Amino acid sequence: MSFVSRKKLTVFDWINYSLLAIISLVCLIPFLYVFSVSFTDPSVYVPLRFYLFPEKWSLAAYSYILSTDSFINALKSTTFITVVGTALNLIVSFSMAYALTKKAMPGRSMMMGFIIFTLVFNAGLVPNYLLVKELGLLNSYWALIWPALTNAWSLIIIKSFLESLPSELEDAAKIDGCSDIGVFLRIVIPLSMPAIATFTLFFAVAHWNTYFNAFIYLSDSSKWTLQVLVKTLVIDSDNAGMAGSGGDERSVPQETIRMASIVLAMVPILVIYPFLQKHFAKGVMLGSVKG
Amino acid sequence: MQKPDMATNVYAAKGYWSRLGAQMYQYRAMYLLALPGILFFLLFKLTPLWGLMFAFKDYNPYLGFFGSEWVGFKHFNALFGDRNFYMMLRNTFAINVFGIVFMFPLPILLALMLNEVRHEAFKRINQSIVYLPHFLSWVVVASMTFFVLSTDVGIVNKLIAEAGYETISFLSQPKYFWGLITAQSMWKEVGWGTIIFLAAMAGVDPQRYEAAVVDGANRFRQIWHITLPAIRPTIIILLILRLGQMADVGFEQMLLMMNPLVMQVAEVFDTYSYTQGILRGQISSGITVGMFKGVVGFILVMGSNYIVKKSGHEGIY
Repeated sequence: MSFVSRKKLTVFDWINYSLLAIISLVCLIPFLYVFSVSFTDPSVYVPLRFYLFPEKWSLAAYSYILSTDSFINALKSTTFITVVGTALNLIVSFSMAYALTKKAMPGRSMMMGFIIFTLVFNAGLVPNYLLVKELGLLNSYWALIWPALTNAWSLIIIKSFLESLPSELEDAAKIDGCSDIGVFLRIVIPLSMPAIATFTLFFAVAHWNTYFNAFIYLSDSSKWTLQVLVKTLVIDSDNAGMAGSGGDERSVPQETIRMASIVLAMVPILVIYPFLQKHFAKGVMLGSVKG
Repeated sequence: MQKPDMATNVYAAKGYWSRLGAQMYQYRAMYLLALPGILFFLLFKLTPLWGLMFAFKDYNPYLGFFGSEWVGFKHFNALFGDRNFYMMLRNTFAINVFGIVFMFPLPILLALMLNEVRHEAFKRINQSIVYLPHFLSWVVVASMTFFVLSTDVGIVNKLIAEAGYETISFLSQPKYFWGLITAQSMWKEVGWGTIIFLAAMAGVDPQRYEAAVVDGANRFRQIWHITLPAIRPTIIILLILRLGQMADVGFEQMLLMMNPLVMQVAEVFDTYSYTQGILRGQISSGITVGMFKGVVGFILVMGSNYIVKKSGHEGIY
């Protein structure tokens, strides 16, 4: 509505801006509180006090956590699953979606039909658990990677995106003698970088945030992911989960340690957030109501 | 003339298969690209469907998949005769009603408010803040909820105590539970939910607002007569699709927020399937619950998708 160039804010604007500011604060305050307590020095920490900013700054809680085996193990687990899982997601999803753009390919409609079916029906968690168990994947990181290799929603959106690419470029490449695989790798993939960026972030966030599958498939605590560790520390209030070679736990309040573990579990999300915000918004529009 | 007919049939059959073979050969590179995905769907999506047979069998680990005894609808009869079933049904329904009544309108209102902001920087900052919770894991959200609402370390109860009142057990009293998880979902998803509506609003012709101003319409009337009608189709589509998901409740959210004190209002089909089928090893009853929920969910989603498509819009597929 750029046609209206009023310099003065109306009553409506004041009310609107105020309400929006309040909503933003509601979103922000839990973050501020968690960050604040996690950076509070043990010497000034009082359990029943309300903090939005540390009285005295300290990295004691972070030093403590980072000195423990359980956190380092959890970080390694989550990083491995996220990096390997995302890479495989991209390879399988984009190559299959590209094949599905070939409407005349025999069997294509059957494939599409089954993919769409998995969008609206699945066997539920017990049969999937039995399958992972039968495959011998329990307590293996692959239990979190293979079952999440791709999904119907991603395939449908990527396929729509690939279908929107100009077909003249593919035709020209074929005339030049490019093989089908060559067309895919040299023409389609370079043109798909925006979608690849979007889905890299999407898959990475999904892997990083996975909790339930990690919880049921990785009972060995040395293989726990960050989300499982944080859940154990905070929601289960179980400090045994943080047993380690670190300093004297009694000198660092439990609350600051738990707050710091929450922060560490979401720091990567905050770091890549500017890219997330830009690319996911595009992703939503790519998928329209499918999102 | 038997011989010519037979020859014709054989010839036709050969023609069909040779043409199919030629076509498949032509697309051999595509099959290669699709192969990992095909194997994935066959192994991880199709194979588990066989597990649904245990809803009609008594699972016996020694007899295995094919050896376990068929028992017909025994497990379904047990399920429908169990009081827990009706508790789960009520909880699922109540949580969804809370979600539709209190949460569904919120992104619409927020999108309308954001759409009215002329100051571009304020709008961008505001959007950045309200979108952020969407990307957090449910573990982080549940952990933050704990530190906001718990009686011992929660920020809200610290303020309440500081004001001289008695602390409130938000997390362990059943009467707060449905409101709690609805508020939690609101906090996490309201910002992100605005994207679709803001995109729909961006498509409105600015001249319509100009004409309305000339006619003396104030901001509220402009919203009511121009903006809301423009996004009405989007609202209707999303509402119908949302109704199609009435069998679903956020499983991780429920699992993380459940505790023994609120079990009566928190237990839903997926959490029950998990405790019965995985924690207690009651494979058949766990699968039966999951299958019931899956079939009902399937019917609801297909129904809502059909309605959306019938009204001329694009469904989920």
